[in-house]
Amino acid sequence: MPLNIGCTARPGRGRDNKTGSWRVFYPIFTDEKCTGCEICILLCPEGCIEKEGEKRYVPDLNYCKGCGLCAEECPGEAITMEKEEK
Amino acid sequence: MKEIIEGSYAVAEAVRLCRPQVISAYPITPQTHIVEALASMVADCKLDAEYICVESEFSALSACIGASTAGSRTYSATTSQGLALMYEVCFNAAGMRLPIVMTIANRAMSAPLSIWNDQQDSISLRDSGWIQLYAEDNQEALDLHLLAYRICEDHEILLPAFVCFDGFILSHTYEPVDMPSQEEVDAYLPAFNPYQRLDAKDPISFGMYATPDYYMEFRYENQRAMLRTKKKIIEYGTLFKEQFGRDYSGLIEGYKLEDAEIALVAMGSICGTVKDAIDEMRNDGIKVGLLKIRCFRPFPEEEIAAALAHVRTVAILDKNVSLGSKGAVGLEIKDALYGSSIAVYDYILGLGGRDIRKKDIRAITKLAEQGSGDMFYGLREELL
Repeated sequence: MPLNIGCTARPGRGRDNKTGSWRVFYPIFTDEKCTGCEICILLCPEGCIEKEGEKRYVPDLNYCKGCGLCAEECPGEAITMEKEEK
Repeated sequence: MKEIIEGSYAVAEAVRLCRPQVISAYPITPQTHIVEALASMVADCKLDAEYICVESEFSALSACIGASTAGSRTYSATTSQGLALMYEVCFNAAGMRLPIVMTIANRAMSAPLSIWNDQQDSISLRDSGWIQLYAEDNQEALDLHLLAYRICEDHEILLPAFVCFDGFILSHTYEPVDMPSQEEVDAYLPAFNPYQRLDAKDPISFGMYATPDYYMEFRYENQRAMLRTKKKIIEYGTLFKEQFGRDYSGLIEGYKLEDAEIALVAMGSICGTVKDAIDEMRNDGIKVGLLKIRCFRPFPEEEIAAALAHVRTVAILDKNVSLGSKGAVGLEIKDALYGSSIAVYDYILGLGGRDIRKKDIRAITKLAEQGSGDMFYGLREELL
């Protein structure tokens, strides 16, 4: 985001707002524990978890706010939250 | 052309000559005559502007923000409680970098209710990001409006400004003023050229949110624009002098200050009384001078430190008080002179319309010489 005089912004889609900067914790996916239920995809408020292969899911860290819902709800406990060092 | 008119009408005429495209204001004593006169000018087709009637000062300045973002030269005027009601909107106008000019007919703050003059209202908005200019007389009040628009609309500045003049003492007083012609003002003040504006074909939003990763940098940019204003005042003040002959090229002004041992520091209409008192004291052999502050925001601390470097004692006349501390001007002067051996005393006086006479100025000079200060001056002890 540039420092426009007057803090102006052009209208855009939600994806223009990279909410990843809000994150304190980030999710780590352990593929071996994944059952492929895709609850994480359904629950993610940002809709930023993508399927990348069989039982392999990856969050887009440009948008992941680190809310931890995916980790909380994962039945296989395949997702853990780690403190992010900035 | 020289004419004798009321201060409020001199300001209204100055605003008309600046060709504002949108005016929005809410009447409040002692500002009323200004906006009443402007409303008449619009109704009589003497001024080609939209006059937006609103239900409060909050809405008045909000309407100005809307008009300014749409690319119009805008104007408002208020005082005291009305300015207090604009508090939130003032910060927004400055943060959105909108060159709105607003006259403040300085008046005391309630409670207790007072319609009379002091400078508490605009002083209390000193952190809002508005340039603050203070007029000593009605000629200066008139002229500062031209200067304010010229400075604010410069693309290196883009900040709003208060032009402050003392309520009743100036606003309701008839004085001779030299009224410039439309051609002269047009030659000094070009048409408003907005840096950016709302446009349905190319939409933008103003004053968007900034996360902690960005907010401080926006505030820092506002601070830098404010500090750049100092050299712009000198530049456009010099231009004003070349065209109109009256000198506003300084952020401060000295009166018999060069050889003074005691310096009085003041803002606004009190400076006239102080000059008369200084003439009397000089006849008595007291080496006293005046440092008048025309521009309170940005605060000219380097200029003040240089102008006062040779004096022994400084007495600040503050028509405001930061309750629990001192007068706002006194605090800033003490900061500007930090580390020097100059004795600096602050005097709170003239609150809520209490008259300040020449004999009061003499008495304060004596108190400062005796090393007595940082006090309310002129209290009626029998009431306490």
